Amino acid sequence: MTLLFYLAGAIAILATFAVIVQTNIVHALLYLILSLLAVAAIFYVLGAPFAAVLEAIVYAGAILVLFLFVIMMLNLGQHTRDQEKGWLTGRMFLAPGVMSALLLGQLLNVLSQVDQDMAVTRVGVMEVSALLFGPYVLAVELASILLLAGLVSAYHLAKR
Amino acid sequence: METIPVEHGFILAGILFCLGLIGVLTRRNVVFVLMSLEIMLNASGLAFIVAAARWEHAEGQVMFLMILTLAAAEVAVGLGLIIQMFRQFQTVDINVLSEMKG
Repeated sequence: MTLLFYLAGAIAILATFAVIVQTNIVHALLYLILSLLAVAAIFYVLGAPFAAVLEAIVYAGAILVLFLFVIMMLNLGQHTRDQEKGWLTGRMFLAPGVMSALLLGQLLNVLSQVDQDMAVTRVGVMEVSALLFGPYVLAVELASILLLAGLVSAYHLAKR
Repeated sequence: METIPVEHGFILAGILFCLGLIGVLTRRNVVFVLMSLEIMLNASGLAFIVAAARWEHAEGQVMFLMILTLAAAEVAVGLGLIIQMFRQFQTVDINVLSEMKG
């Protein structure tokens, strides 16, 4: 299980890196699906099977299919790919890369003081649902209102 | 019982978040920017799951579900905006949207 964690982590990092340097939009989307599935595997290793299944269904399934439909509707083609190649020079990555590296270095510095192992305990669907429909029922209702608002506004925005 | 160092999980979440941040800062194609935002949201969800595994609470997974809902709503609205932008300007270049010149 420990090996699976590191393997899936390496796949997630490599696939995410491929997403941000990719010029072809559909290829980037496929790499993003790979990255999300690797993260789902990590969730499973960390003892959260419910979150893993939701990650695979909602993220890799629903959200990225939505992306794919929009890319099909936009029909960007070769012109955008060439434009993207022109924009994406190595110099573009310099300043954001340095800034993000500084941020990550700070994060690593803070995390190096934490030195604890986590025993992987399974937290199943039952515990999560008991919490969702017990103390957090208001949050679930608010999430449904958020989704309804998102639905209405997406319909309104995409309407001709 | 096998154990995984908790900081490795947080480091992974941090690396994914920073990659998403680089994507948001470098790309000019608005679809790529939205995808990088998804990467960042997903990384924060991973951090919540790692914390849930460390402190053996289900609350982290509840927070992950909230992040998932937020990401779904955000993507729906964002893609609607992208479609509207493409109709008005016939491009996905984010620099076109600089009319306000703040």
